[in-house]
Amino acid sequence: MTTTPITSSGHRPGNTAKSSLHRQPNLPRNRWNAVFTILAGLFAAIVVLPLLLVLAYVVIKGGSSMSLKLLTDLPPAPGMTGGGIGNAIIGTLIVSLIAALIAIPIGVGGGIYLAEYSKSGPFASFVRFGTNVLSGVPSIICGVFVYGLIVATRIFFDQSYSAMAGGIALSVLMLPTIIKTTDEGLKLVPQELRWGAIGVGASKFVTITRITLPTAMKPIATGIVLSIARAAGETAPLIFTALFSPFWPEGLFSPIASMSVLIYNFAIMPYDVQIALAWASSFVLVMMILIMNIFARYLGSLNRI
Amino acid sequence: MNASNNPSTRPQSSNPAPETCLSLENVSISYGNGKNVAVNNVFMEIPKGKVTAFIGPSGCGKSTVLRALNRMNDLIEGCGLTGRVLFDGQDLYDKRVDPVEVRRRIGMVFQKPNPFPKSIYENIAFGARINGYQGDMDELVESSLRKAALWDEAKDKLKESGFSLSGGQQQRLCIARTIAVEPEVILMDEPCSALDPISTLKIEETMHELKKIFTIVIVTHNMQQATRVSDLTGFFNVTDLVDYEGKVGCLEEFGETERIFNSPAQQATQDYVSGRFG
Ligand SMILES: Nc1ncnc2c1ncn2[C@@H]1O[C@H](COP(=O)(O)OP(=O)(O)OP(=O)(O)O)[C@@H](O)[C@H]1O
Ligand SMILES: [Mg+2]
Repeated sequence: MTTTPITSSGHRPGNTAKSSLHRQPNLPRNRWNAVFTILAGLFAAIVVLPLLLVLAYVVIKGGSSMSLKLLTDLPPAPGMTGGGIGNAIIGTLIVSLIAALIAIPIGVGGGIYLAEYSKSGPFASFVRFGTNVLSGVPSIICGVFVYGLIVATRIFFDQSYSAMAGGIALSVLMLPTIIKTTDEGLKLVPQELRWGAIGVGASKFVTITRITLPTAMKPIATGIVLSIARAAGETAPLIFTALFSPFWPEGLFSPIASMSVLIYNFAIMPYDVQIALAWASSFVLVMMILIMNIFARYLGSLNRI
Repeated sequence: MNASNNPSTRPQSSNPAPETCLSLENVSISYGNGKNVAVNNVFMEIPKGKVTAFIGPSGCGKSTVLRALNRMNDLIEGCGLTGRVLFDGQDLYDKRVDPVEVRRRIGMVFQKPNPFPKSIYENIAFGARINGYQGDMDELVESSLRKAALWDEAKDKLKESGFSLSGGQQQRLCIARTIAVEPEVILMDEPCSALDPISTLKIEETMHELKKIFTIVIVTHNMQQATRVSDLTGFFNVTDLVDYEGKVGCLEEFGETERIFNSPAQQATQDYVSGRFG
């Protein structure tokens, strides 16, 4: 083997200068590289910008008027001053709670059925397909559906609009997310783990409740929280079902206020007070959803042992 | 050719025949709702209190037969079994038999260590607890870990995750977990295939201890391991069937390990154990 430098043989024709390893910014490939890097950065900024603007706007417009009174008082009559959004905050919490209480057992149960019991038969594929379709159904249609099913028929104690109807409408919205995250979360659990449990004599029920579900808790809990966060901000289904009320909640079977409908009603009113309340409400709602998302991330980072 | 009619399927022992623990009578197992026959016509008597090894080329159905012994195949869609598997004289595949009860009495250790995502302590306590164990749990955890030769390494970190152990330690944890349920039989499917020689040796030592109490059936690709740990060896092979396209597994020869490795009756066994296979 010789140690002759390869310059004589390995040189590209026409490139007589000793080629340097330094980066040459004027090379076409480096220029294109720069162009695309800038483009990618630009698009990323365009994606993030609206989010930041919305957040900043809501925080400035709504956050500035925050006070304890605002969080605990009833909204004022049109033309009056003062007041708050206390009933709307409580209303949103109640309606979301009803929705969660309905959607979590059904959704998690459905997900368990799909992942653990269904033998990939036609029924399971139908349920999966239906879930996907349901997740694409516009929320207003959920509202109209529950309106037709519950509100118009006055099924609950001859009451038309009610918190219960609102909760049911939101639960329909939450269901597909919960079913899907449960199904996917359970499918991620390695098969060996189930075998392990079954190999020490666990029944299917014990395997699911003690090994498989706890192992998949992270994605499931995250999915649940995110679906609640999404439903809590919905307006359209609530307009058709829970309506609104300027008073404190009067029970599960009466119309109830909610922050999203309050925003919808007040933001277009010709009174500054109401508009300010709509902003305040936006701020509280955004904060609530933000906190829930952070909570979901926290759940996701929790590590079982 | 077909091992089913071969007298060598019954272990020939110089001592008086020990009590039979598991006996397979003309067992055939298929996948895909009967489309793919995996093993055909297996006759076998696995004695109590001994270590029985299954050896044979890949795909000949060792794992399939092993899983049939505690109805683990129930979990595989489309897997079917004909023939009878008797455990203490009871047909495991009888309609009235509860598969959960079967697996409590016939435990299984898998090829890949699969500790539960729980603490070391809980990994062992889990099985015992769901089986209604009433005694002192600390004691059970300690004795199970001791039997699996893991106590010294794990005694200071019982509250730590099962995943914090090395692969070999995890496998011994899985053995300890199985022991804790106090089964009568332990099935092991290539328990050492992912382990280094030292861990392997530890597990083999464990097996020597365990066979005083349990009946052990082990699948292994390691001939030395089979000679080291087992009393009996079953050699599985793939053959062509007359009216079936594709290869089908069968039990070629079954007998005392000593004899299978030194003076096998079948040429195929001789070829396989001496490494002249295929
Ligand atoms: N879950 C399954 N579904 C369908 N066919 C299977 C399944 N498991 C095994 N088989 C088939 O059954 C036959 C025997 O497989 P098995 O896993 O019992 O072989 P093995 O002897 O354990 O092989 P190895 O030594 O590689 O583990 C193979 O032909 C395989 O394709
Ligand atoms: Mg195998």
